[in-house]
Amino acid sequence: MTTTPDKLTDLVNVTIDGIQVAVPKDTLVIRAAEQVGVQVPRFCDHPLLAPVGACRQCLVDVPDAGNGRGFPKPQASCTLPVAEGMVVNTQVTSPVADKAQQGVMEFLLINHPLDCPVCDKGGECPLQNQAMSNGRGDSRFAGNIKRTFPKPINLSPIVLLDRERCIVCQRCTRFADEIAGDPFIALVERGAEQQIGIADDAPFLSYFSGNVIQICPVGALTSEAYRFRSRPFDLVSSPAVAEHDACGSAIRVDHRRGKVMRRQSGDDPAVNEEWITDKDRFAFAYAHGDDRITYPQVRGTDGVLRPASWPEAFAVAARGLAAAMDANAGGGSGVGVLTGGRLTVEDAYAYSKLARVALGTNDIDFRSRPLSAEETAFLAQHVVLTAPGNGGVTYGDLESAAKVVLVGLEPEDEAGAIWLRLRKSVLAGGTEVIAVAPYTSRGLSKLSARLVPTVPGDEAAALADLGDDVDGGTVILVGERLATSPGALTAAADLAARSGARLAWVPRRAGDRGAIEAGCLPNLLPGGRPVADAGARVDIATAWGVDSLTETEGRDADGIVAALAAGELGGLLIAGVDPADTTDPAATRAAIKAAGFVVALDLRETEVTRAADVVLPVAPVTDKAGTFVNWEGRVRPFDAALRNPASLPEVRILAGIATELSSLGVGAPLGLRTVEQTRAEMAQLGPWDGERNASAAVDTAVEPVEATDGLVLSTWKQSIDNGRMQDGDKYLKATARTPVALLPQDVFDACGPTVTLTGDRGSVTLPAEVGDDLVAGVVWVPANSFGAGVLSDLASPGSRVRVEGGQG
Amino acid sequence: MKNQSLDDKTLNELREIAGRYPEKRSGLLPMLHLVQSAQGKVTPEAIEACADILDISAAEVSGVATFYTMYKRHAVGDFHVGVCTNTLCAVMGGDAIFDRLKEHLDIGNDEVAEQRQGDQYSVSLEHVECNAACDYAPVVMVNWEFMDNQTPEGAVQMVEALRAGHDVRSTRGPRLCTWREAERVLAGFPDGRVDEGPAAGPASLAGLALARENGWKAPDVAAVPAVEAPKEGQADA
Amino acid sequence: MPDTLTPVLTDMWDVDRAWTLPAYEAKGGYQSLDKAFAMKQDDVIAAVKDSGLRGRGGAGFPTGMKWSFIPQDNPRPKYLVVNADESEPGTCKDIPLMMGNPHVLVEGVIVSSYAIRANKAFIYIRGEVLHVIRRVQAAVAEAYAAGHLGTNIHGSGYDLDVVVHAGAGAYICGEETALLEGLEGRRGQPRLRPPFPAVAGLYASPTVINNVESIASVPSIITNGAKWFASMGTEKSKGFGIFSLSGHVQKPGQYEAPLGITLRELLDLAGGIREGHDLKFWTPGGSSTPLLTAEHLDVPLDFEGVGAAGSMLGTRALQIFDETVCVVRAVLRWTEFYKHESCGKCTPCREGTWWLVQTLARLEKGQGTEADLDLLLDQCDNILGRSFCALGDGATSPISSSIQYFRDEYLAHLTHGGCPFDPARSTVFGSASTVEVSA
Repeated sequence: MTTTPDKLTDLVNVTIDGIQVAVPKDTLVIRAAEQVGVQVPRFCDHPLLAPVGACRQCLVDVPDAGNGRGFPKPQASCTLPVAEGMVVNTQVTSPVADKAQQGVMEFLLINHPLDCPVCDKGGECPLQNQAMSNGRGDSRFAGNIKRTFPKPINLSPIVLLDRERCIVCQRCTRFADEIAGDPFIALVERGAEQQIGIADDAPFLSYFSGNVIQICPVGALTSEAYRFRSRPFDLVSSPAVAEHDACGSAIRVDHRRGKVMRRQSGDDPAVNEEWITDKDRFAFAYAHGDDRITYPQVRGTDGVLRPASWPEAFAVAARGLAAAMDANAGGGSGVGVLTGGRLTVEDAYAYSKLARVALGTNDIDFRSRPLSAEETAFLAQHVVLTAPGNGGVTYGDLESAAKVVLVGLEPEDEAGAIWLRLRKSVLAGGTEVIAVAPYTSRGLSKLSARLVPTVPGDEAAALADLGDDVDGGTVILVGERLATSPGALTAAADLAARSGARLAWVPRRAGDRGAIEAGCLPNLLPGGRPVADAGARVDIATAWGVDSLTETEGRDADGIVAALAAGELGGLLIAGVDPADTTDPAATRAAIKAAGFVVALDLRETEVTRAADVVLPVAPVTDKAGTFVNWEGRVRPFDAALRNPASLPEVRILAGIATELSSLGVGAPLGLRTVEQTRAEMAQLGPWDGERNASAAVDTAVEPVEATDGLVLSTWKQSIDNGRMQDGDKYLKATARTPVALLPQDVFDACGPTVTLTGDRGSVTLPAEVGDDLVAGVVWVPANSFGAGVLSDLASPGSRVRVEGGQG
Repeated sequence: MKNQSLDDKTLNELREIAGRYPEKRSGLLPMLHLVQSAQGKVTPEAIEACADILDISAAEVSGVATFYTMYKRHAVGDFHVGVCTNTLCAVMGGDAIFDRLKEHLDIGNDEVAEQRQGDQYSVSLEHVECNAACDYAPVVMVNWEFMDNQTPEGAVQMVEALRAGHDVRSTRGPRLCTWREAERVLAGFPDGRVDEGPAAGPASLAGLALARENGWKAPDVAAVPAVEAPKEGQADA
Repeated sequence: MPDTLTPVLTDMWDVDRAWTLPAYEAKGGYQSLDKAFAMKQDDVIAAVKDSGLRGRGGAGFPTGMKWSFIPQDNPRPKYLVVNADESEPGTCKDIPLMMGNPHVLVEGVIVSSYAIRANKAFIYIRGEVLHVIRRVQAAVAEAYAAGHLGTNIHGSGYDLDVVVHAGAGAYICGEETALLEGLEGRRGQPRLRPPFPAVAGLYASPTVINNVESIASVPSIITNGAKWFASMGTEKSKGFGIFSLSGHVQKPGQYEAPLGITLRELLDLAGGIREGHDLKFWTPGGSSTPLLTAEHLDVPLDFEGVGAAGSMLGTRALQIFDETVCVVRAVLRWTEFYKHESCGKCTPCREGTWWLVQTLARLEKGQGTEADLDLLLDQCDNILGRSFCALGDGATSPISSSIQYFRDEYLAHLTHGGCPFDPARSTVFGSASTVEVSA
């Protein structure tokens, strides 16, 4: 699906600088000129923002508007649509246009400071560049007084404004208003004093604020984190894919001498256009903190982790895993594999293959968060293998859908690029957003979403009731949180089937979707092949050169945890999982403790690595090639940005372990050592073309919730929170929304502005606010903005909490 | 000057203003006049209140409040004296009046004069742009009432009368009210002074008086020749 | 041949309590309503077209044609907005009109709104004219009470609500799209056109924006007929208009006359230039219209005549300056005004006025060189026609025209090392003021 205009036949013929060109109707002259290779200088113009014609830099001469008459005055080419027969002369052929542009450039420069040598933008500055190409060499302003302002002021903890440099093109305020819906920056004052400003005590807090720094055509907006840190010409730019959510946003990693200095949005019209979230832009220090693991470690006989060489670590890991698989060695028999949601698809494939060929198990699951058997079946039935090109829902489809139903998904918090695309379509009058949610969050409100007020857990019934609202022009987006709402995923699938609506599942982590494709699930082998399908198993076994694969579906993540605790499993291979994210953090911690042998692959020291028997450091995304598969099923490959020989992709590490295992007589070697080999093998394997997993019907009957005291807990993770991948970016963290408990009015009235919530896992005290349209009987808190998070500190998924006023 | 916080009456009136319009944001300009009437300037609290009522951001309200020159971010006097120093008034004596007042009040542009012991009211001074009374140049505005054909000495006497609490009348308008009272009228809440003052000042009547003297009038309807007969047919078509 | 002066709008001004409804009705006020309601709306538009009425706010666009641009098949509500933001330096006609005869404006609003099928109208009055706002507020209230406004006006089935809206100090809001921004509670910065207000104006709905005097002229056109109106004025500039004389004339004030009258005739009526002085320069229609001089005394003051003389009729704001006035000082002050009032949206106006003021200020002080005059003209060339709206264009008018007519006076500042004029001689109170100040 593309967003190409339907009627390519609707072309308009214009002559620009003597060259005839046919462009689609409504094309602006400034862009038509690009078609003939003419770059008209511009500042306020931005293809993704509504035209304003403010800077007047793009003036061109129009001797014929298409009606035989010309415009008496030069016209702003950024606001003038083409007309049949129009004749345009730009600065290339028209002295009038050239003088007009030179005149405007001179006006822009009279009050602009000459601080290019210390300006972050210097070297990549449209003003600097266009002053060279379209300005005069000398100043006629000498001897006059320039406008001055005190140097930079904070618009927010991360965005600074230097008003002297600002040319008030309004790109930033238009972005804030039109794209992000956060008009917390605005033009203030008037005339020559006009500037960008914020209200008192109301900083520019937006999840997307960093984009204004990138689109600022001068050095007026700078990043607190990047300021004065580098010159553009010293940076090497590597295209990459953002690792913070499942959107697959194109980014650009700018690095210098092996160190990432900043990240910018890439330009991918099919995915994130030119925008990224602040998390994608500013959260990258996590990979370079003091807790980064730089060498393998093994637990010595003294019980203490000590450095080890790679060969030793592989050998120790293999021995421990082999022992854990051996039923005769005491304890459980077998190794569970928890891969987390951060892997590239190549690395996920390596885990998937290792589990099957070396560990002989289907006890593998990428889900490091609450899950359900219903979800496991849903992923195999409705998610795996869907992709753009085979009917999968795309960003473009969101833009063209008449309606988009959101269930268990708050896209501004959980999938920023989806949110931006939805807002774009909503503002254009194209899409109506319907949200099955407990209240109209800020993100939903900015989508003008129609709320279907729903108590968490009741989504299945709410979906069943949507009925007439949903038809073939509707897209249903279900979030991963729906796993904890019994029957909801099934109801969504049923609704789609019944109405002809299209369905897509949106996870939260960059590696989630790829892990499904790679078979990091107990019921799926790589390429969407069902474990339960003999033909599929033969397919894979043949490709991998092994005799056979385990026939029975394995344990899911919760099952693995339970089996470890119960002594049914002896070992654990775990990668990038934070126990605090899991269904039952305490149980996960206990399982790790109970496991006979734990091999942990991780980037940084964590409670898991501290408890592991072998710790193997892995490469961060900057240091390896890889691929994320985004929520659409779109394949998003990237190359290594940095060369770091000490930093290994997981496939290489797993190959080392598999080799050692096979030398112990356990399983087969991995047969892969590099990302390239993995890609080749995956490509050769291809997708499953047989029947989808027809696993036994999962019981989705909703158990009547025991009517206990308290409120139903609604929670999700906010975009900026205590997530570990935001560690080290203090300016970003300072923009996080203050954690509050949202209460229905009556509860707020009874409890007051500070409340203590008590659930089955603990108590927390938070400031409270009224959730204006929050459904009765529900309390909402952010999932990971206080303490160790809701699952550790407050309550289990789907449970109730008691609310009391005052300090607890 | 103390800023009382906005009371419920004011908040209700702000909502009432917003309700006058098909889209409530249209109420912002009169709403800002009203908050000035209540608080003597546009305070951050008032910006927040307007933003809340109109469902827009405080930055957007701030952008509006800083665009229009009648909105003040610092207190003005009970009587705000604006001397027109646009070209015509300046030439006719506005510059001299403004200089004289600055000297007399010992303040600069857009400042409040000291309220001396015994002064009933405070006075502030500002130079203003053309206020559409050029035939009365040089013109001074006090709380946006016309004080026509001023002189430096007359202006000094006027500000002294204001400070002393004497009744001062606009040269073609009512008794002057305070700046805050004026702002309330601008917000759309009449103060009952509409019938004070004449219909027109002498300069406004210059042409009319001459016409009356000479018996000049617009043509009699009956006397208009039907020169454009063909048009009649067109109009019917 | 109509009389020299033709008081129509000003005719009420000497009536006792002229601003009240009884006084207005006693003079035949609100009679045009029933006549208009008996006509089809399009016939009202046709009558205004036939009258030849052209916008009295400065641009002179034919009023009836503007009304006919309202797309009546557009389902959105239609709006009439009266531009009562009179702020152009020298312009002082709408303010006394609304003060003395607010009901003629209200009556015009009713007929005009009826013609364009608007049920809601707004009168946007600049905020700095408190008593005028009181008078218009009261007139609207009286009209409601008398059944001239509200629902089913005069039993016609036509409904109209009028809101009086006070501005807050921004010359730019006289620009019609900036005015709409102000009326929508935003910063008064001009909008992109197209779409034009007739198609997407207030609240993106079809909107007519007319000057006070234009709307106030409508009742007389309906009552007396288009031909009556067209019998005054010149071929392409029909009807009467208020001419505002200010400055160094014996009797400054408002003179309502057929378009096409000359400054020589008006000066005769106003008793001439003040005693013992001569005309030096004047603005025909406010500071944004290029200056004229004594050689233009016989230019017919209609759209075509003033245009042919290299200026614009504008708002008939005749600011008269005698030989005591330094043109550089006058022009600098106007330029400071444009700098102060520039909305800031576009580069040429925002930055250009900043620079123009500094260049002019230096020249006034006798600093700089003759080359600075060419620099000034080049700056004007880079602003005129390059700005977003006409404010930037207007800012260049006094500069370009004054250099055209008074280049030598600029140079005299350079040779004199400063301004050769005594500002005290220009004041109405004469050099006595100097004594007063220093006393």
